[in-house]
Amino acid sequence: MSLRNIGIVYRKELTEALRDRRTLITTFLVPLLVIPVMGAGFTAVMSAVIGNAKKEKPKIMIVGGTDSPGVLAALQQDPKIHVIPTTDDWKHKVVEKEIRAAVEIPEGFEKNVSDGQGGTVKIDVYGGEIKSEFAAGNIESYLKEYRDGIVAKRLETNSLPANLLRPFQVKRESIASPEKQAGAILGGIIAYALILMCLNGAMSPAIDLTAGEKERGTMETILSSPVSRTHLVLGKFLLVLTASLITAMLLMVSVEISTTALQRSHALDQMAEEGEPAPQLTLGPAAIASVIIMAVPLSVLFSAGLITIALFAKSHKEAQSYIAPLMFLVVIPAVAAMLPGVELTPKLAIVPLLNVSLLCKELMTGEYHWNYIALIFASTCIYAAGALFLAVKMFQRESVLFRS
Amino acid sequence: MIEALNLCKRFQDKKRGEVRAVDGVSFTCRPGEVYGLLGANGAGKTTTLRMLATILEPTEGTARLCGHDIVEHPERVRASCGFLSTATALYPRLTAQEMVEYFGKLNGLDSAVLKKRVDEIFDRLEMNDFRDRRCDKLSTGMKQKTSIARTLVHDPPVMIFDEPTLGLDIMTARTIIDFIRECRDRKKTVIFSTHVMREVEKLCDIVGIIQGGKLLAEGTLEQLRQRHGENDLEEIFVKIVSPHYGAQEAI
Repeated sequence: MSLRNIGIVYRKELTEALRDRRTLITTFLVPLLVIPVMGAGFTAVMSAVIGNAKKEKPKIMIVGGTDSPGVLAALQQDPKIHVIPTTDDWKHKVVEKEIRAAVEIPEGFEKNVSDGQGGTVKIDVYGGEIKSEFAAGNIESYLKEYRDGIVAKRLETNSLPANLLRPFQVKRESIASPEKQAGAILGGIIAYALILMCLNGAMSPAIDLTAGEKERGTMETILSSPVSRTHLVLGKFLLVLTASLITAMLLMVSVEISTTALQRSHALDQMAEEGEPAPQLTLGPAAIASVIIMAVPLSVLFSAGLITIALFAKSHKEAQSYIAPLMFLVVIPAVAAMLPGVELTPKLAIVPLLNVSLLCKELMTGEYHWNYIALIFASTCIYAAGALFLAVKMFQRESVLFRS
Repeated sequence: MIEALNLCKRFQDKKRGEVRAVDGVSFTCRPGEVYGLLGANGAGKTTTLRMLATILEPTEGTARLCGHDIVEHPERVRASCGFLSTATALYPRLTAQEMVEYFGKLNGLDSAVLKKRVDEIFDRLEMNDFRDRRCDKLSTGMKQKTSIARTLVHDPPVMIFDEPTLGLDIMTARTIIDFIRECRDRKKTVIFSTHVMREVEKLCDIVGIIQGGKLLAEGTLEQLRQRHGENDLEEIFVKIVSPHYGAQEAI
């Protein structure tokens, strides 16, 4: 094995890659932009939408309730909602989003409540519409306060303790560190982005160095040099791997910068439930480092796999048409790992791609199950070695190199 | 020195079944000689030369270049020869100098020797004006010179040219012809394939006529003329090839 020759091929391929706009864009630009666009952009839009919905004073109508002046007056004075005169087509107005909700107060409501007969107040909303849901939430919280007031008054009247109906409190508190919280929120999406980026970073150089060479007529030139085909394919493979790893690392850098910027911009405060702290999105350096380490066998797998596939093609275009379906195959396990409830099991730990996605999700939360890490790292290394072996074998086949 | 010994290349074709692209070709080419492999399209010229350059492996038979067996020591064979054809393009994103240096390094030249060789070749071929220009920005003539420099950088004793003037204009083709002549004068062993009779008449010391993968005739131009009773090479070629050409077309 001549490392010198592999090094010569690698350096030459690197020189060419750094002069290829297509490779530069996919290796450097895409990973730096994908997270701000996919993640931060999405979060910013969501927080803006939620913020606007919270800021809006929703218009509502009250149907009935003329015989319940207390409730009526209190609702009208609630500063969080804007009660407008009721019309007969209130349902239509809710559906048409002219008003956000309508409250239907049954006949004799106050009297029935004071008589202890109860009753049901109905809130008509546009289900799934965020502003309508917020309006309903405001009305509900007011009615809850009203109900609690009645209960408190009754307890007082009967000289019963205030905690009779609520003998104990329930309080929820997240004790996970901010990094763990961030990992739980971002783990799935980062694993997904990492897999796509490792593939994307390898794609352009893998095609350029194989099908591209055939198309440009340089394959025969290089095959006439004394370098052995094994050294040649290893030099090319190392370049593709470099591009894939740089893409993966830049993705993680981009994740860190984007989440820190997002945290500082307080955009997430809008998304938090009232009275609760905003979700934390700052990842720890350990999580980032471990994900990058997991990206190594993944990148080897993709680089060798893509070289093997692209080598079959006679042109850049043909290679792209072979690789496009591969994107779908890769996306499926990446998306599956994002689904809630899909956790690592010994069986899933040997399913290629899905295992790395699930592990990334865990690593991001700071959980290090070393037996799984070893199993996944080893199995991915085996798949990667298999793919590399195949790429080397393919490079020896005349029927592949000189396919006509 | 090139010695082809019963070279055969078969491959499977979906429509035609087994195809014998080269079928038992044997010849010898000595230093200081230009051996012309003359044949129509699809006769087996390129396959023969690709086997000699170890780009393809023979199905049967072998060849020796400077004593190195093409099957057993393909890397040594490649280090002993320069291969040039219209299919051997240049890397578009490398400069002319980088291109030549890359092949020098792959041929094991150390940096001091490489620098000397590159300067020498660039001076001789008058390439200094465009040595730092990227290959995709070069004219056809400049590209040909760069390709020649690429094959010469390790000063190989054997030169293999596969239809090197195909599709080139007269002036660029002339550069190549002059280069082949120069190789012969420097006592290199040269094999050269073409279907242009005039190039054969101008250059070749020995002519081999190939059709259907078989070497049908071989000799100096004078020997062929005497053997076939014709003066014009084209007439000789047609006379030799016609009976086989019909059979080949029928297949």
